[in-house]
Amino acid sequence: MTAALRFDPIRLPPECEQLRKEVRAFLAEEIAAGTFDPNKPNREDTDAPEFSRRVGAKGWLGMTWPKKYGGQERSFLERYVVTEEMRVANAPTRRFFVADRQSGPVLLKYAPEHIKMDILPRICRGELCFAIGMSEPNSGSDLFAAKTRATKTDGGYLINGSKIWTSSAHIADYMIAIFRTSPPTKENRRHGLTQFLVKMKQPGIEVNPIGQITGQFEFNEVVFTDYFVPDDHVLGEIDGAWKQATSELAYERSGPERFLETYYVLTELVRAVGDKPDTRSAEGIGRLVAQLHTMRRMSVSVAGMLQAGKEPVVEASIVKDIGTVWEQQLPHRVRDLAAFVEETASNRETLEKQLEFALRTAPKLTIQGGTTEVLRGIIARGLGLR
Amino acid sequence: MAESENIVVETAEKIFADLADAQTINSDTTGSWKAPLWQALSEAGLPLAWVPDDLGGSGASLAEGFGVLNAAGRFAIAVPLAETMLAGWLLAQAKITSPDGEMTVVPASPKDRITLNADGSLSGRARGVPFAKAAKHFAVLAHGNGGISIALVDAAKGRIEAGINVGYDNSDTVTLDKVEPITIKPAPKGFDQTTLMLMGGVVRSLQIAGALESMLDISVRYSNERVAFEKKISKFQAVQHNLARLAGESAAALAAATSAADAVANATSFDDAVYLEAASAKIRCAEAAEKGGAIAHQVHGAIGFTMEHILHRYSLRALAWRDDFGSESHWAVELGKRVAARGADELWPLVASR
Repeated sequence: MTAALRFDPIRLPPECEQLRKEVRAFLAEEIAAGTFDPNKPNREDTDAPEFSRRVGAKGWLGMTWPKKYGGQERSFLERYVVTEEMRVANAPTRRFFVADRQSGPVLLKYAPEHIKMDILPRICRGELCFAIGMSEPNSGSDLFAAKTRATKTDGGYLINGSKIWTSSAHIADYMIAIFRTSPPTKENRRHGLTQFLVKMKQPGIEVNPIGQITGQFEFNEVVFTDYFVPDDHVLGEIDGAWKQATSELAYERSGPERFLETYYVLTELVRAVGDKPDTRSAEGIGRLVAQLHTMRRMSVSVAGMLQAGKEPVVEASIVKDIGTVWEQQLPHRVRDLAAFVEETASNRETLEKQLEFALRTAPKLTIQGGTTEVLRGIIARGLGLR
Repeated sequence: MAESENIVVETAEKIFADLADAQTINSDTTGSWKAPLWQALSEAGLPLAWVPDDLGGSGASLAEGFGVLNAAGRFAIAVPLAETMLAGWLLAQAKITSPDGEMTVVPASPKDRITLNADGSLSGRARGVPFAKAAKHFAVLAHGNGGISIALVDAAKGRIEAGINVGYDNSDTVTLDKVEPITIKPAPKGFDQTTLMLMGGVVRSLQIAGALESMLDISVRYSNERVAFEKKISKFQAVQHNLARLAGESAAALAAATSAADAVANATSFDDAVYLEAASAKIRCAEAAEKGGAIAHQVHGAIGFTMEHILHRYSLRALAWRDDFGSESHWAVELGKRVAARGADELWPLVASR
């Protein structure tokens, strides 16, 4: 066999179910207290710093990290449960989500000890928001074409250039970014980029909001002008960011956020058709639920394999590929079925409002965090095609 | 279940590799491969794998049997192994001893119904019964006034109208007209036709997932051999992306089917959660059979469309298997109704419970 893909039928262990109850109870309290409305999915421009702190106080941020950095040393499967429950409830996770999923793990691996001791506990307490500085105006999927320079100076580097499509840069306290420290070599065009920890809200950084087709201002252009980064903010090997960029991707690609982004419209459709759906509605809902269940089983399987110390890189890319295509199509399929919902359905207005937002959101889902084309290239490599 | 540790699955794989090579079978117009294959499978105790020792079987676990059937899908096995295993499993539910030889289950569709008459005979018609013509016995699920019964029936007592499915395997209409069963016993409490269809659906899902694995494998190999426009077609991005999608469909089928098999293997009853797993597997695997099979053919071009090439042994069987034990349309409607009856706010808890 050329391609031995594995999706072991991994089940969440019993401790996850207790945790799930706690998360649901917490979210129900937050909803009751008016922190957020689960029927309003346009959470992306909702900054909820107090909510973030309360999630941190629960011990649900950085929960897999070592205790000495504020973590709980719990499993990735437990983190999985927290993530999916927050996502399904449309909780306002923007402030902490990137730090918890991505930036924290990078710091854990590459930051000097004193920086880890300083920053990681604050992420765990829900006090810090992170952004990711990858794309540039002429470098999106082609990450290694990045041009924004980091020029060596006394005690650090001077940054000049710009990043773009940077989610949450307007509220972020830090950014983890890649900058060019050397030109690429003939042998290796990926050479010459270095990963840095960047403190935001400082002179030399300008954040310009960019309007999105959803009507939100959630991503930004970030312009650096002689912005100083001290030496100890270099993360990992100088010129060697390309070696570091791939290892964490399996976590980033296969989580529940990769297929649940538009889930709310399915719930609302089920509500709208009532308890005795006609054949067409039942068939449509049945298929969508079967697809959702399958996606989740694949995603849990990858999470379980990661927890077991395996490296299911191709499997994780597959989860993101078919998960994002699915969540992109979901609002359209729900719209197909909503055409037959009774005018008198009590939640008709909610469903229509949600569909409007989901249809506007859908195009980005197969672009953000690695396009479908890039993912399929990775899968093709895993299959031995390139 | 780690396959490398599983001796039952390894035994089956060895027999398939030795006696059911797709190329050899595809070139053989006489059907002479069937008897030695069946004999080897029987000697290894595989057709009655799901029958306990005291009922005439080899007493393998559900998980082991599911592993065998996933492998059978990878080899697109065209003898009634899955059907005999299912029949033995069904008979064992009512503690009925399984005979030797090929069997199949009646009915094989949720729409058909066999009736247990007041005089103890069985009547009814079942369409699309896989390998009925090859079977020596039927394991029958019948509805009577006293509830559900399970019966062992001599195949010669039924009227069989032979049919051929999309994958060129027998899919026959079986008519029972006041047929006296060899043995008949009441089904255990809670066991009904839906239980049998769900189990059959999980079996077919595993076979489809296996066939897709092989389709991916032979498509990747072919793309690395075939040259067009002066390069291997695997170097074209359009082909790479098609194969990546085939890998996705194969992965989805595998995940859905093995998850459902695991759910059934560990279940104490066919509750809502097992229903979700089994129905979803059949729905998703059927969709994957369509999408994945189309890509495998696209990659192969005209050669894959010939009888001479082995691709159709997998692609057409995967399509045909969609129809058995309830099509994806049937299960989608039933699952949709269940989800709607539970209510919108109970959907996520159901999904998250798995």
